[in-house]
Amino acid sequence: MSVLVAEGVSLTLGGKTVLQSIDAAFAGGRVTALLGPNGAGKSSLLACLAGLHAPAAGRASLDSVDVRALSAQARARRIGFLPQSADVHWNIDVATLVALGRLPWRGRWGETSEDRAAVDAAIAATGMTPFARRGVEHLSGGERARALLARVLAGQPAWLLADEPLASLDPAHQLEVGAQLRAVAAGSSGVVLVVHDLNLAARLADDVVLLRNGRVVAAGAAEDVLTAALVGETYGLTVETGVTATGQRYIVPIGRPA
Amino acid sequence: MTRVTMLLALGVLLAAALSVAAGKVWVPLDAWTAADPRSIIIVELRLPRTILALAVGAALGMSGATMQGYLRNPLADPGLFGVSSGAAFGAVCSLYFGYAAQTWLLPGFALAGAAVTMAALALIAGRSGSLILFTLAGMILTSITGSMTALALSLAPTPFAASEIMTWLMGALTDRSWNEVMVSGPLIAIGMAVLARTARSLDALTLGEQAARSMGVDPRRLQLAVIVGVALTVGASVAAAGVIGFVGLIVPHLVRPFAGHRPSATLLPAALGGALLLTLADSLVRLAPTVSELRLGIAMSMLGGPFFLYLLIAMRRRLA
Repeated sequence: MSVLVAEGVSLTLGGKTVLQSIDAAFAGGRVTALLGPNGAGKSSLLACLAGLHAPAAGRASLDSVDVRALSAQARARRIGFLPQSADVHWNIDVATLVALGRLPWRGRWGETSEDRAAVDAAIAATGMTPFARRGVEHLSGGERARALLARVLAGQPAWLLADEPLASLDPAHQLEVGAQLRAVAAGSSGVVLVVHDLNLAARLADDVVLLRNGRVVAAGAAEDVLTAALVGETYGLTVETGVTATGQRYIVPIGRPA
Repeated sequence: MTRVTMLLALGVLLAAALSVAAGKVWVPLDAWTAADPRSIIIVELRLPRTILALAVGAALGMSGATMQGYLRNPLADPGLFGVSSGAAFGAVCSLYFGYAAQTWLLPGFALAGAAVTMAALALIAGRSGSLILFTLAGMILTSITGSMTALALSLAPTPFAASEIMTWLMGALTDRSWNEVMVSGPLIAIGMAVLARTARSLDALTLGEQAARSMGVDPRRLQLAVIVGVALTVGASVAAAGVIGFVGLIVPHLVRPFAGHRPSATLLPAALGGALLLTLADSLVRLAPTVSELRLGIAMSMLGGPFFLYLLIAMRRRLA
């Protein structure tokens, strides 16, 4: 199984230290959530894992190889990155959008039958088949999020790194896209998510990394990390946790501690 | 190749045939054999002019499509970039100093102007690959070279030089010869080949800079390719024909819906559409019943202004 590791990663952006010697390991076939307050460094860590930033110290490694040492193409084939921005700058149709995910695989002579099969599979997996010929400008927010996820899936990456893929979705779509992300992990790819919603993290994640001020507060299995004490410490809040009648864990922030 | 591309290619062939035949003297296409005295008109005047119209139109259309894809902005134009006005300033210098008598000097000066602007742009935009820096640098260079051109015009040594500069700045293909074809043709071809290689990266940029980088696009290499490709195509076009605006803005727009809005699929149709538009327009200005020939650059601006307005109104409706 593939392993993605942050080894003592420090990162400085614009003269500001955003990550300080982060050590964290991510396992293939599992969903890991990066949680923490605004400015904790979640997106920066995700971008480092994707090889998009050069760390000031340490390295992110994929199966013991520095991700920055991989060729851009090799990295793009193995690590699919879904940025936070849902911008699509031209009104291309969904099939064309999803086919962009095949760019790292595309040979000199254009699309192969393999490319087309991967695109069709990704469109089907995200339930976008009825919208394949529709322009992105005519999609709802939830449909667009699914189309963008399908773009990454079309590249069949061993790793899916997604920056807040569930933000700006309604609860029904959050559960739907969340289920698709879980299905990706079930297919043995590793999934790393930046999430803000504690309850979604509790529902989706196998593992959780809690970050604050560019440092790791706690990391491990979700049920061990998402405790009232650790979450409260990370966010500086009093937190209540519990389990619903249907067995869902929930985390409710109460307020600043007295 | 899509149906639209094939239709455009057919249109280009027909427009080229019209351009060879049309003018103050109509010359049938079968008059090119040496036996017919009118063959001189075809071989020495119409043919180079037609080839230049095709090459310049294709260069402007394709560089416009590349710029719009790169900046992800449907209002981007290769003229924004400073290279066009830099080349114009170079050409104006040669007219100012009266060097233009030798056929090679004016295009040579124009190319030098384009090269200097391109180098300045590459230096200012630097190794950042930043779009904002790139756009602002282009605007600043346009404004600097534009003001220098105005200065040269106002300080022109003789009224004749001033009028020559004015006329040249309007852009035209009148009385062009094989010299211009030989100077500009190869440079335009190389430039278009460089631009064609950006196609995939432009597609990736549809999803934003971060996503494009994660898909293996190197923003610095892409920026360099765009700068070199646009400088070659636009610089060589200005050297041959002067400043002809709006082709690079209008044509990519018109063909984009037929290319499914995909930036890479827009490049070839935009090149063909540019060649078609410019060749057609150049044939029509020759046929227009004006005393002296209508300048091609003016004809394009008269088309382009209203088109710009239409774009704005269409966008305003969508944005409102």
